[in-house]
Amino acid sequence: MPTSHLLKIEDLHHNFGKEEVLKGISFSLDKGETKVIVGPSGTGKSTILNNIIRLVPPDRGKIYLEDVEITSTKKINEVRQQIGFVFQDFGLFNHLTAKGNVMIGLTKVKKMDKKEAEELAMFELDRVGLKNFADSYPSQLSGGQAQRVGIARALAMQPKLILFDEPTSSLDPELTGEVLRVMKSLAEEGMTMLVVTHEMGFARSVADELIFMEGGNIVEQGYPEKLFNNPEHKRTKEFLFQLVDLYGEGEE
Amino acid sequence: MILLLINYGLPAMGLRIPIFTAAVVGIGLRSSAYQSQIYRGAIQSVGGSQMKAAMSLGMSKLTAFTHIIAPQAIRIAIPPVTNESAIVLKDTSLAFTIGVVELVRQGDYFIATSNAPMTIYLTVAAIYFVLTTTINLALSFFEKKYQIPGIGIEGGHSDAY
Repeated sequence: MPTSHLLKIEDLHHNFGKEEVLKGISFSLDKGETKVIVGPSGTGKSTILNNIIRLVPPDRGKIYLEDVEITSTKKINEVRQQIGFVFQDFGLFNHLTAKGNVMIGLTKVKKMDKKEAEELAMFELDRVGLKNFADSYPSQLSGGQAQRVGIARALAMQPKLILFDEPTSSLDPELTGEVLRVMKSLAEEGMTMLVVTHEMGFARSVADELIFMEGGNIVEQGYPEKLFNNPEHKRTKEFLFQLVDLYGEGEE
Repeated sequence: MILLLINYGLPAMGLRIPIFTAAVVGIGLRSSAYQSQIYRGAIQSVGGSQMKAAMSLGMSKLTAFTHIIAPQAIRIAIPPVTNESAIVLKDTSLAFTIGVVELVRQGDYFIATSNAPMTIYLTVAAIYFVLTTTINLALSFFEKKYQIPGIGIEGGHSDAY
């Protein structure tokens, strides 16, 4: 079924053993939108992202990227090139420099010319403010720098959208700030993003829509301000305000 | 044991091979079993998140293995491989049991004509020492050369200062 959305998820189910972690998730994402998924741990937020690029294949349901059904396509590697992924643990390649990390997808997957790839890599590193760290290895970078390299690596592939899987949950508040600033500027440049995070400040100031999940279901979704100020479910309010208490409203 | 099996077993099954070949195959088989475990361990210790990250860029499993997993795994494998190389070198003396004239046997021949066992055996030992040291130094050089900055304990080599 063709769709006009950039990404459309229909009735997504996933089980880990006997436990059903996703019980029928449906939502869509349009070009240029930023949607933020929040919810308690273990509700399957990250599983959705992993399902989308089939690092963990979904059990049931359909996902469309533009009008291609990507849950069953054989060309999953082509799909993955079009969808960036930013990991909680950064997932940088330890044996490559920051520049090498950004370049490898270009040279080995997109078969780009080395010189061209290097130029693009430097451009993307500059974009996340790490031009001076191009020759550093991941273990020589701070967590915030490493995650920004991760974002640059995703950006360099020129994806149609980027998935962020709790990009800041292993960082301290200061480093979180520098990563969020990069993400915010991306959102402003019109990048399509689907973000799993606990950063309410970010969600509130950047998200076009907030999706609150619990127990494998979407409890409520809507404009962030509406969910904060006038939620339909008591649980939404409880959870969101707990997070605000814990993490603050963010620096923005 | 493998050496004896290959040297006497294969001809019994109708396949005649020279003793030198039998020795090479026998020692090779044993060592490859050990080395396969070394590499298996090294590959596993690179970790699943590296593979996940590679696949998220759209790499095929083969590309991910050759460009992401293997370069890291080989670095991890260098120290145990150094060990294994020294063991293989010393294992060559076992070829003596099936009649190959290797270092120890050659030493015996000299002893038979010169009647100076201590001198000859010490010389043989010295030759083994030079060979193992050379291999260790060479692999240690590679280990340092391809070390990833910031990973592992700096200077944690056998020849550390």
